[in-house]
Amino acid sequence: MLQDEKYQEQIQRIFAKYPDKRSAVMPLLYLAQEAYGWLPEEALDEVAELCDIDPTQVKSIAGFYTMYRETPKGKYWLQVCTDLPCALRGADQFYEELKAYLEVEEGGTTEDGLFTVEHVMCLAACDRAPMLQCNFHYMENLDMDKMRAWIEERRAEAREKEQKS
Amino acid sequence: MENILLRNRTIPEIGTFETYLEHGGWEAFKKAFSMSPDEVIQEVLNSNLRGRGGAGFSTGRKWSFIPKDAERKYVVVNADESEPGTFKDRELLEFNAQQVIEGAMIAAYAIQATAVYIYFRGEFWDIAHNFEQEIAKAREANLIGQNILGGDWSCEFYTHLGAGAYICGEESAMLNSLQGLLGQPRVKPPFPVMKGGGLYYEPTVVNNVETLANVPWIIVNGADAYRAIGTPESPGPKIFCLSGHIAKAGNYEIPLGTTFRELLYDLAGGPQHEGKGFKALLPSGASGPVIPLTEDMMDTPMTYESLVELGSVLGSASFIVMEEGTDMVWAAYKMAQFFKHESCGKCTPCREGTYWLNQLMTRIISGQGTMRDLEILENAATQMQGKSLCALGEFATSPILGTLKHYRAEFEAYVNGEKQKELPASKTVAVAH
Repeated sequence: MLQDEKYQEQIQRIFAKYPDKRSAVMPLLYLAQEAYGWLPEEALDEVAELCDIDPTQVKSIAGFYTMYRETPKGKYWLQVCTDLPCALRGADQFYEELKAYLEVEEGGTTEDGLFTVEHVMCLAACDRAPMLQCNFHYMENLDMDKMRAWIEERRAEAREKEQKS
Repeated sequence: MENILLRNRTIPEIGTFETYLEHGGWEAFKKAFSMSPDEVIQEVLNSNLRGRGGAGFSTGRKWSFIPKDAERKYVVVNADESEPGTFKDRELLEFNAQQVIEGAMIAAYAIQATAVYIYFRGEFWDIAHNFEQEIAKAREANLIGQNILGGDWSCEFYTHLGAGAYICGEESAMLNSLQGLLGQPRVKPPFPVMKGGGLYYEPTVVNNVETLANVPWIIVNGADAYRAIGTPESPGPKIFCLSGHIAKAGNYEIPLGTTFRELLYDLAGGPQHEGKGFKALLPSGASGPVIPLTEDMMDTPMTYESLVELGSVLGSASFIVMEEGTDMVWAAYKMAQFFKHESCGKCTPCREGTYWLNQLMTRIISGQGTMRDLEILENAATQMQGKSLCALGEFATSPILGTLKHYRAEFEAYVNGEKQKELPASKTVAVAH
């Protein structure tokens, strides 16, 4: 998929930043993730070929970090910080209630494919806890009232879209 | 005091190139450019600016270590802010981007760098994309790029996004990550400033975001004026991040040497809940020892030195505050989990040590621990010290040993069967005595 014409300019821009090909592996993994929605085997192979390194090495890098999706996720990937500063301001309870409301276990995805929930380590927003990262954007100063309203809005959007199609 | 770092608090649009210029932006860089690189290093050295990432090392000295004859040299800006309780760089990057860019370009000029890379933690996704636009504006104005300000020196400025790994804040792990290798620390020496130790194994200055944000002010106002702020050993302004049980959580820019009382009560409004007193403080996020937060210490000035005397470290000044009633064993357990997750797995003492600290803490907190476990816990943590490749293995022992030292009775309540916590099934461990 990264061979598609539409990605070539972005790929060239990434390579231009670094003196060697290997350094492009992280930005290219992000690009592959955007293209595929997650990182299946073939995406890793494509990145390996572009960077001229072994697919095993690409896989080890993808596995080392928490922001690469090694499995498919829901449309909204909710990563709740439950580290100590957030936990002192109620993040543990918030996380438990969020999972219960969505009826998923840790790391699980809702049946409608909309939400994946997991907990992560510090996101550098401790003064605005409870907080979470949704597809790389922050949602802060949360409580379950706000979350329920937001979740129902996303569900309504999805239903509307389905009816139209 | 007027803000030197968080200027966005009084000038909301200061982060944009246009507004930054209107308020004296890039004057410092132009002044530095009229000086020799050595004069710039000397000025920063004289200011006694100390690294704000946590180690407190002299910034001017670090710059002076770069060999002059090296053909390729780099500046890497450490924007991988990931320490629990730390969110100061984020505010600077989000709202005062140009000042960080200018500070980095002054560092680059001082060492005659060929390029600057800023390594953002992956979660600063939006911030990094905005930052690229601000870099582009400075490039258009010939402050970055080819033949800067019409001279012979050329220097590019690139952004790089991490992808979620605390260890990449360690400078050599960051360099590996940038090079497309696993984000694990290197054996040192050679240090990053030396040939063989830096980015692409070329001499490299790695500076924290807040450190660089201090530099333009120092160049414009001079080292003497800078040293007049704060204390002689710990000069300058510092951003303190307050989180946890505090009435007004957030960033506070104050001179080093301000007292605990002024910060925690006068500025931040005291404990979060009315009627409760303070209990404990983690002054440097999860990485420094926990200390009791007592009335006796309230009038102590906060400096790199005074926190050591109190049995902890100032580090990045990320104050996680805890009120009366906080379960200190639970707090230590939380941090044990953090370090177990974030250990990169390269060296044995840290990989195994963080695993076992977490196993022991889990056993104790679920009410299945014994007095013998407390001994093993203390022993395992002590054994890890001074044995790992980087500071993470060292940091991981701080919360455990600090808590054991000051709050041992709370541990004993757990192993004596007086207390236990229900943990989710995924968090429990098999018990073998």
